[in-house]
Amino acid sequence: MNRMRRGALHLLLGTAALTVLFPLLVMLSTSLKPLEEINNGSLFALPREPTLAAWQRAWGEVCISGDCSGLSVWFANSFAIVLPALFGSLALGAITGYALSLRSSRYADLLFAALLIGLFIPPQVTLYPMIVLVRELGLFGSLGGLIFVHMVWGLAFVTLLFRNFFLSVPRDLLKSARIDGAGFLPTFWYIMLPLSLPVCAVALVLQFTYIWNDFLLGLTFAGLGRQPVTVALNTLAGSQFGPQEYNVNMAATMIAALPTILVYFLSGRLFVRGIAAGAVKG
Amino acid sequence: MGHPNAPRWRLPRGAAPALALVPATAITFVCFYLFIGWTFAISLTGSRLLPSWDFVGLEQYRRLFASTRWWVAMENLVVYGGLFVGGCILLGYLLAILIDRGVRAEGVFRTVFMLPLSMSFIVTGIIWQWMLNPGLGIQQAVRGLGWEEFAFNWLVRADRSIYTVAIAGIWQQVGLSMALFLAGLRGIDPNIWKATRVDGIPTWRVYWDIITPMLRATFFTTTILLFSLAVKSFDLVVALTGGGPGFSSDLPARFVMEHILTRQELGLGAAGAFMMLCTIAAAVAPYLYLQIRQGRNA
Repeated sequence: MNRMRRGALHLLLGTAALTVLFPLLVMLSTSLKPLEEINNGSLFALPREPTLAAWQRAWGEVCISGDCSGLSVWFANSFAIVLPALFGSLALGAITGYALSLRSSRYADLLFAALLIGLFIPPQVTLYPMIVLVRELGLFGSLGGLIFVHMVWGLAFVTLLFRNFFLSVPRDLLKSARIDGAGFLPTFWYIMLPLSLPVCAVALVLQFTYIWNDFLLGLTFAGLGRQPVTVALNTLAGSQFGPQEYNVNMAATMIAALPTILVYFLSGRLFVRGIAAGAVKG
Repeated sequence: MGHPNAPRWRLPRGAAPALALVPATAITFVCFYLFIGWTFAISLTGSRLLPSWDFVGLEQYRRLFASTRWWVAMENLVVYGGLFVGGCILLGYLLAILIDRGVRAEGVFRTVFMLPLSMSFIVTGIIWQWMLNPGLGIQQAVRGLGWEEFAFNWLVRADRSIYTVAIAGIWQQVGLSMALFLAGLRGIDPNIWKATRVDGIPTWRVYWDIITPMLRATFFTTTILLFSLAVKSFDLVVALTGGGPGFSSDLPARFVMEHILTRQELGLGAAGAFMMLCTIAAAVAPYLYLQIRQGRNA
């Protein structure tokens, strides 16, 4: 009886897992097929003559917005956006979270509440004024503008992560640092930041995922030719001109998803831990 | 004595943390709250391509509420939001319970269910556009198995396309609610299980009568999170249906983006954006109230 129950449990979960994986497997299989096999074959059929030709085309040859050097250009754009935006938003969030965790005045709690509410503001509501601000700063259509915007939109979430962690650090540690004469910045740099490495890792993984996966901000703030890979991918798959090369589209989709999938598998638990804390940020 | 390299001058006590909060304060007040006010102000003007400051009162809201497209988008939000939140919670809770029953290879299952979370909505939209393409995807495949009459063409049917957005959305986010529920289940006192075993209560009744009510807070949080995701849903519908056929699967977020960016209807878009904010605020306010009150007492 018990054994049967256990079997049923595993069967149920196994079916669910296959259902979740199925679309990804189909995508992979489609990307390995030549076009004729897609048009004449079935979704379920495995590639008869698997080929990486579609991947090659997607990476280096396919035309997107009139540029025929494939997804690679946009892939590089995404990295050029993600890396500085990532470190900028981590630095700002860490120092803000630290200052807020000291709760040195009522102001700190008020600011934290204001930030927390900010997590829920839909980007559309502040979009137009943000365009004006970025334009006035002379950053519109540049990498700098997009990086700035990502820092603004990531601030609440990264701060939340760091503040909650820093609050859990024993107060005595801070007191003894102060007795030893360490001021605000040295305490942060030599004591708190090294302690917070696990939180840094969580923030890093999640911010990477969010910024890489962003579409809305990239669409709005990146200049022509500087858009991230998500925007290019949507252009490629959504274009109505000529016959669709489904295998190339699927290969492009996989390429665009690969970095975050890789981060997900490499970070494992960190991702899970952070997702609960940062789930509010869509 | 201080650090050997410490500068001789010192800021007055408490000035350094205040200084560190300057950027965050500026961003919060300017980019969050001032900008909300700005958008609200624009929504009271006749702005089209460029902002103009001719005050027209609630005219843009009148236009918005008179627009069929807006109401289609709002109705879609109700259908999509309801299915998305309900589906994610139901399936996520079920998966969490199954995993919590002590299965082997728990980590593998968790990894699989959360995998879609790591991908972008654009990627999810394109994958499902492929799966649901009537000529090539599931419909065609099932017909190929010999079931010639089989029809699953929701993607191209105006009365069904919004359901395809819900399917893709649930696929993408069910792992999130599973993770939250699993954390909730793990937080339950094991003594409760021991007690119910002694009393011989069947497992399903324990879940129904005892565990589920105990997880009230988790249900509440998960609902709020998923709901605010649903209101913000933009990329998914762009990549999956493009709001079509026609405007049949449009959502408020896409309506607003289109009016601000491409339709040169800034005032109308701003009014729509403000309505989005109100929708989220109505759901999130009680949640934030509880959070902040808890924080005060802590």
